Amino acid sequence: MKISDLIALLKERLRDVIVGIEEMPNNDVMLEIKRHDLLPVLTTLKKDKELGFISFTNQLGVDYGDSFAVIYNLYSFALGNKLTVKVFLEKDNPEVDSVERLFRGANWFERETYDLLGIRFKGHGNLERLLLPSDWEGYPLRKDYVYPEEYHGMALKRKTLFEE
Amino acid sequence: MPAQYNLVNRLNEDSRMILTTVDRALNLARANSVWYLLMGLACCSIELMQTGGPRADIDRFGSLFRATPRQSDLMIVAGTVSLKMAPRLKRLYEQMADPKYVIAMGSCANCGGLFNLSYSIVKGVDKILPVDVYLPGCPPRPEALTEALIKIQEKIKNERYLRKKE
Repeated sequence: MKISDLIALLKERLRDVIVGIEEMPNNDVMLEIKRHDLLPVLTTLKKDKELGFISFTNQLGVDYGDSFAVIYNLYSFALGNKLTVKVFLEKDNPEVDSVERLFRGANWFERETYDLLGIRFKGHGNLERLLLPSDWEGYPLRKDYVYPEEYHGMALKRKTLFEE
Repeated sequence: MPAQYNLVNRLNEDSRMILTTVDRALNLARANSVWYLLMGLACCSIELMQTGGPRADIDRFGSLFRATPRQSDLMIVAGTVSLKMAPRLKRLYEQMADPKYVIAMGSCANCGGLFNLSYSIVKGVDKILPVDVYLPGCPPRPEALTEALIKIQEKIKNERYLRKKE
């Protein structure tokens, strides 16, 4: 489907909840919505017969410094179109609904985002760290993260030739 | 088979005695059957597999992999050690029977390598294990790993294992 047609269709289906919608490079459409609309919007995008965004391609979190964002990349085999859904979250309380029930594959994506950015996903069945040890403190991909000096007695820094 | 081609018979006829020390005989046996632990952590393990394969073939030197630490003499730390993996690695090392040796294979195992500034990587496996041979390279070629194995063999041959430490 042509990008302009898709934008028109999305505007018609999601009239009340769209915060912003724009064309992106590489045949993509960026759809920005509010936090509490996420689950209904993704449900519509997946379940709607005409849209059919059934492929959960990717999910990622971003730290913008003063706010967080969670980005979902979807694909519709029926339309042959990509769609990027973006939700902004507050810095103090980064929490958003889990879409794990809707897309089973989102399970580990959300755990990874929680692990590295500390964004909590409400309703997730097993929200624990995925990559880092479970007793790790802090979220390493945050902009204000301070690297620890040691972990369980293992020094985390090694002098380089230039420092000696 | 004619008698002159049979080593045992020839030894019996020409020289009926071999003089050596127990240490040396033991070391010769130990050095020529260094079994390494079947363990790979990252891309270096691909080179490790190549080294065990038919072209480099460290089976020539009596080395082959064992799939359990309890039968291994040598641990080749082939790859990046993350902080989550480090306790498991240490546990594997502790399960190996003495005498045991460690090769830190590749830049990551030596000093953290490419990931030296990251938050979750052990900056050199010598922070958690005693390392005998540091093997540079990213990744090292099979020939280099063979050389590291020969260095381990030299080390084993020079040990005086049965003597008391002075």
